[in-house]
Amino acid sequence: MQLVRRLAVASAIGLVLYGIGLWLQGGVIEYVQRIVFLAGINVILAVGLNLINGTTGQFSIGHAGFMAVGAYGAAFSGVKLQPVLQNWIGAGAVADGLTLNVGLLVGALLAGLTGLLVGAPSLRLRGDYLAVVTLGFGEVIRISFNNAKFLGAATGFSGDSPSGLPALTTFFWVYAWAIAILILIRNLTFSQTGRSLAAIREDEIAAEAMATPTTRLKVLAFSLSAASAGIAGGLFAFMQPSIRPEDFRFDKSIDMIVMIIIGGLGSISGAVVGGIFVAVTLELMRDLQQYRLVLYALLLIVIMLVRPQGLLGSRELSEVLRSRFGRPKAQAAK
Amino acid sequence: MSTLLQQLLNGLSLGSIYALIALGYTMVYGILKLINFAHGEVFMIGAYAGYFGASALGIERYGAAGLPLYLAVLVLLFAMAVAALLGVSIELLAYRPVRSAPRLTPLITAIGVSLFLQNAAMLLFSPNPRPYPPILREVRFELGGVIVTNVKLTIFVVAIALMLGLNWFIQRTWTGKAMRAVSTNIDAARLMGVDTDRIIRATFAVGSALAAAGGILFGLDQIIINPLMGVLTGLKAFVAAVLGGIGNIRGAVLGGLLIGLAEQLTAGYLSPDYRDAVTFVILIFILILRPEGLLGVVRPEKV
Amino acid sequence: MHRRSLVSLILALGLAASASACKPKPGASSTGNADNAEIVIGHYASMTGNTAHFGQDTDKAARLAVEQLNAAGGVLGKKLKIVTLDTRGDGAEAANAVTRLIDVEKATAILGEVASSLSLQGGPIAQRRKIPMVSPSSTNPKVTQVGDYIFRVCFIDPFQGKVMATFARQTLKLDRVAILKDVKNDYSIGLAEAFQKSFVAAGGTIAAEQSYSAGDTDFSAQLTAIKGSNAQAIWVPGYYAEVGAIARTAARLGVKIPLLGGDGWDAPELFTIGGEALNGSYFSNHFAPDQASPMAQKFVADFKAKYGQEPTGLGALGYDGIMVIADAIKRAGKVEPSAIRDALAATKNYEAVTGNITMDKDRNPEKSVVVLKIDGGKAKYEALVKP
Repeated sequence: MQLVRRLAVASAIGLVLYGIGLWLQGGVIEYVQRIVFLAGINVILAVGLNLINGTTGQFSIGHAGFMAVGAYGAAFSGVKLQPVLQNWIGAGAVADGLTLNVGLLVGALLAGLTGLLVGAPSLRLRGDYLAVVTLGFGEVIRISFNNAKFLGAATGFSGDSPSGLPALTTFFWVYAWAIAILILIRNLTFSQTGRSLAAIREDEIAAEAMATPTTRLKVLAFSLSAASAGIAGGLFAFMQPSIRPEDFRFDKSIDMIVMIIIGGLGSISGAVVGGIFVAVTLELMRDLQQYRLVLYALLLIVIMLVRPQGLLGSRELSEVLRSRFGRPKAQAAK
Repeated sequence: MSTLLQQLLNGLSLGSIYALIALGYTMVYGILKLINFAHGEVFMIGAYAGYFGASALGIERYGAAGLPLYLAVLVLLFAMAVAALLGVSIELLAYRPVRSAPRLTPLITAIGVSLFLQNAAMLLFSPNPRPYPPILREVRFELGGVIVTNVKLTIFVVAIALMLGLNWFIQRTWTGKAMRAVSTNIDAARLMGVDTDRIIRATFAVGSALAAAGGILFGLDQIIINPLMGVLTGLKAFVAAVLGGIGNIRGAVLGGLLIGLAEQLTAGYLSPDYRDAVTFVILIFILILRPEGLLGVVRPEKV
Repeated sequence: MHRRSLVSLILALGLAASASACKPKPGASSTGNADNAEIVIGHYASMTGNTAHFGQDTDKAARLAVEQLNAAGGVLGKKLKIVTLDTRGDGAEAANAVTRLIDVEKATAILGEVASSLSLQGGPIAQRRKIPMVSPSSTNPKVTQVGDYIFRVCFIDPFQGKVMATFARQTLKLDRVAILKDVKNDYSIGLAEAFQKSFVAAGGTIAAEQSYSAGDTDFSAQLTAIKGSNAQAIWVPGYYAEVGAIARTAARLGVKIPLLGGDGWDAPELFTIGGEALNGSYFSNHFAPDQASPMAQKFVADFKAKYGQEPTGLGALGYDGIMVIADAIKRAGKVEPSAIRDALAATKNYEAVTGNITMDKDRNPEKSVVVLKIDGGKAKYEALVKP
């Protein structure tokens, strides 16, 4: 019964996404479509980063590197896979969807592995040091791509055709993945494992004293968040003519931090809000483009000074709404 | 052989500039346990202050002959003063209010300040690179196949002078002693009657002034400046501070020189494409193998 | 497998398959508006950033062209309107800018970009949306290979590289040349390759190959290595800011050999940064201010009158870009992107400021290269090389 119910819900969501997707492609200009896609991609980035920075309290500021690994991994495998699939089952929507998803999975796997490689040695460090090491790794990854000739080096990777990478990203897939990752991370956060992660955030030494396998959990959370950054990277890759190491500079990591700070470090719904906010302001401020980063910077400073917990603090939207409008309910231990 | 010597010389001069900047990072971290991400931007502002100061003194009139020595020193002092003021303002406005907050908050604030200064500078000074005015006349001479310019010599002289001056300041003056006290144990220092706020401000001021000197020297040596010059250079200087042992002044100098050499030798003998990466690789290795740095002391964490 | 799970799996796959039919098609408003009283030409350029001078100069000249065309009655009775979006020298911005020019500004044709790497970002979008794009000065051959809606009004790097290599070999009689290229830059990489091929084919040797990244400030390592390689000249196909610094550093290190370069040198900042260190160097460009045709001289005079400064070769190309587009619209007879595209492809013997423009089958014009020598802080005409 549980399964059928779940399936029904999933199908309903799928149909809704499909419908919205159709409406978008028919009635809305491509320019707006791009913003909608970017918002979804940002949500994936933000929710993933929130898992490690917010829930587990391990501050990483080099996540753009994992996004890059995912993007290149997805793009490369997708470009190689597409002709093979098209020969096999014919060109068209099914081949495209399969190419996209296989590419994304490859990218996510590679990104997760990279996260493992980065996290294992680094997560022994605390606070500021960890932040700087992740920054360092992020840059090393980017510089590596900059020098990788077979991936186009600094010029970027645009696949085998002169018109660039195949445009496989669609509204449905962006948001299907976003919802899937949201559900996955949400379930993780509110599980026993998630509580252990929060314990690590609050007081790591105490958690260790309570027999929590802190290193293993930290690395797990880190790899997961790297993998979701990888999915975001792959979706990003298939909506651009080409991807270049320039696209994954430190600026991108900063964008991700802004996303989770605005919504509130530790809050998943906050991350969603932050992700959408950044995508929308990016375009709304197009005319004020030169002021955008200044404003982001001021926003970061002001938020830290005035309301460091962001919009939602570490609470979820449901709790906020409930506390304002609903009956009093015993709060789950945070 | 002369090529190797040339590369070494270039590496040491670059490293001296990193050392000047690293000192600021290390002093602030020693006192506040805060990575002042905005320090790289103070370095940049110092360079621009030198640029505008020289223009204000009508440097075009002197042409390539450069400013007379007393005016050059004036420009240097002006830039150092501007930077010191900037550093103290940042501390007052952005770091002080969050001093007691969990460690993450000041980190994010620092990143915010850094970003703000970079982009504000791009708006105010235009993002285009500018050629640095010849505050000092350029004189070249050759020693056994190695080209030495007076700019490089000046970098060494100024860097060493400032570092010796700093050392004297820390060891021999009351303020310096108070700084050492605060960095050892801020609460005990406060209990001993030290005005910690004033000392913190002084630390920022001194560190920023040194960075400004580094900025002017950088401009003279590297020919062009642009608003983003502090980003990568600041980061490398930070790595230098960590390499030497953050909180340790001698360590900052050692780290700076080592990073400068590593960068130049990598660019010369391996490939220029990896010159930036080598700094990060060093960072990763040092933090994983010996996080307290070369000259640092292991500090156990008390619970 | 459990039957229920099988069913659910099939359901899921079917859903996935049908949903992946959902793809962004070109939006409803992709064709330029033919009924408007204005013809909108979109311009995407680096107005800020490291190569701001390229974009700004191109834009100024383009606006001059639009102004002159409108003063003469417009095109097909309609006024031209130019909308400029800043790419800030960033590839993702370039793609966004082109999308916005097509969707929001309803551009019928697009001018841009100066930098080949940015044209390669914006081009695929213009091609997919079937809006003709004319690059004023992207010289990398890949730019027009993107598709049949992409054109350019300048020469291409294989030719530019060959001209300079031949000049180095035959006129300057050089045997050993070192290469110092910008690895972050398609233009620089392509031009370096083109030079190398021709120079080696003509019997020369490449003494050393070094590289840097745009934005670098320290070139002493590379130049020290080049110094030790006994090169007689250095081929530096980069952009003006770094080239100026490279020249100064070279002089400082006692590397007294001439530098050779391409049209990326073309900006006044080259001289303010490079100063006297550049004397004795040569670079290829699109026109020489001191040896111009009457039409070019008029353009220089008009530009000076309007903006109070001399135009660069890139500026001249921006002017030509607009003029060529306008000419194509006239010949097409209607404000319709595909007709304009066909007219552009048929451009023949159009007299432009930078020379005679006839589009070949790859949508590149066959144009002459001007070689300039730097002396006393100014660039002077040295030679003209025809294709």
